[in-house]
Amino acid sequence: MAKELMKGNVAIAEAAVRAGLNAYFGYPITPQTELLEYLSSRMPELGRTFLQAESELGAINMVYGAACTGARVMSSSSSPGVSLMMEGVSYIAGTELPVVLVDVMRGGPGLGNIAPAQADYNQIVHGGGHGDYHPIVLAPANIQEAIDLTYGAFDLAEKYRSIVVILADGSLGQLMEPAELPEMKPAIMRTPDWATYGSEGRERRFLTSIDLDPSQQEKTNFRLEHRWQEIKANEVQYKEYYLDDAEYAVVGFGTSGRIALSAVRAARAKGIKIGLFRPVSLAPYPEKELYELSKQLKGLLVVEMNAGQMLEDVLNITRSQIPVEFYGRMGGILPMPEEIEAEIDRMVNDPTETDGHPRDRWLARFGKMN
Amino acid sequence: MENVTMEEQLVYDRPESMASVQTHYCPGCTHGVAHRLVAEVIDEMGIKDNMIGVASVGCSVFAYNYFDFDFVQAPHGRAPAMATGVKRVLPHRFVMTYQGDGDLASIGMGEIVAAAARGENITVIFLNNANYGMTGGQMAPTTLPGQKTSSSPGGRDVEVAGFPIRTAEMLATLDGAGYVVRRSLHDPKNIRMAKKSIRLAFETQKHGLGFSLVELLSTCPTNWGLTPVQALKWVEDAMIPYYPIGDYKVNPALKELKI
Repeated sequence: MAKELMKGNVAIAEAAVRAGLNAYFGYPITPQTELLEYLSSRMPELGRTFLQAESELGAINMVYGAACTGARVMSSSSSPGVSLMMEGVSYIAGTELPVVLVDVMRGGPGLGNIAPAQADYNQIVHGGGHGDYHPIVLAPANIQEAIDLTYGAFDLAEKYRSIVVILADGSLGQLMEPAELPEMKPAIMRTPDWATYGSEGRERRFLTSIDLDPSQQEKTNFRLEHRWQEIKANEVQYKEYYLDDAEYAVVGFGTSGRIALSAVRAARAKGIKIGLFRPVSLAPYPEKELYELSKQLKGLLVVEMNAGQMLEDVLNITRSQIPVEFYGRMGGILPMPEEIEAEIDRMVNDPTETDGHPRDRWLARFGKMN
Repeated sequence: MENVTMEEQLVYDRPESMASVQTHYCPGCTHGVAHRLVAEVIDEMGIKDNMIGVASVGCSVFAYNYFDFDFVQAPHGRAPAMATGVKRVLPHRFVMTYQGDGDLASIGMGEIVAAAARGENITVIFLNNANYGMTGGQMAPTTLPGQKTSSSPGGRDVEVAGFPIRTAEMLATLDGAGYVVRRSLHDPKNIRMAKKSIRLAFETQKHGLGFSLVELLSTCPTNWGLTPVQALKWVEDAMIPYYPIGDYKVNPALKELKI
């Protein structure tokens, strides 16, 4: 199939359609709205379900209901809308249902703005809804990757009866790139042995997230944790660039990882032995791979479009054995490659103070801008 | 003595659509009556195997244990949204929600209004007992002016807490609503009327006539601090004057139906 020029939001939507998306429920919010708009004509054209909900609360609960029947379902939103969905996300996790959710992140907190950010990392990767649960979180850095990850997300969700979040940002949602779309599948309606679609010819079933008996609830909790161990063992994804002989590395995901790659190339051109480690699955995080990599490094720079949310995970994983620096932009501002390059230069050529927390040092250097 | 052949004749049995388990409802509570009416209607229509129920949060949270067909259980107030998701992917199945007044008329008011406005082809069984039963009898949006509850100990003061919501009347104003009525469960005559309405609500869904809702005035003797008999009387004397029994929206096509 030939490559087509596509906008990120539309590419994700079409990838979901081709993955056999049976029903979509969503609510308009910038910068993901094109995803909903595209599906509003595309889904009915294929005889599939599209419904614009009354709110993100409505949307996630429609997804919840539809997922109970065995249908392939998805919703999408952006940061404030995703916050509103967290109740439903926790229930879906507690009921062990396969659901795909797309979060096209924007600046926050609060209403923030509609420019790209990565500040939902903690909310998505480390939970957000109440209770112990672990969504699978995939962070694409370009449109081809967004297509491929979305296309595979449904199988992954169904394999583990889990929520899979495609964690993108406003920049990826809005930019246009040539990319290739996968093969079209018909709308998928499965009949797994837990789904509730009418009890004809079998015993009736119910799906719920309540268990008033703590010892039974704990069994569910253990089951979810054991399943997470299995996911951690099998579903880690990451990309490595120029790391074979690297003495330094940048760690960044999604758009900030992509921008960092330009800075890494520029630094390489100057003779600095640096590479990029880009986690694609943020949950499960490529912990072992990053730890092994850190052993060969003299220093590591974490770049994010937030105040260092993934940074905490990187610090845990590298166990304070190597110097870690941080560079972040917030509020809907993208880091420029030159800014990251300057941080690389500083890390390599002027590794002064490494005491304390990398975030504190970053704030001391950049926090005076107001 | 004459020889009489004793032949056992079954005149009252558990509907097939009800599971053979004991419920957790309090003595004198009308949830049991409402459950039975729904189950009888589903049996009579022969739709048990085509049903998906949506339980809500409140006393009826465990409804899925008592009805003997497929069920899911929604977050507080979100049953109409969840039912929408089920119905949209399974348009030929029957989908019902079973909700109380705290769930439907307070935290879930957005979802129920939106579902009714869309003409969502689902059936809603709505129990109004003028308080939050499960959490111990707090003030609900349906609590009557002056009614004492555990969170309005001096009686509901409308200057502070506002006025009760007449849900059936309000939803009946929406064009998507096909059948919206209020009935009561306080005596046999009204219970029979309620059953007929539940049947019509499911017929509304069967014929694709849009959103259907039966509001059932119900008792909560435990939290009202009344005996079951006093509670039935309170429904008649205090609730019905504020929440009149009536047909608020009936799609004309339903009048032609022969059941």
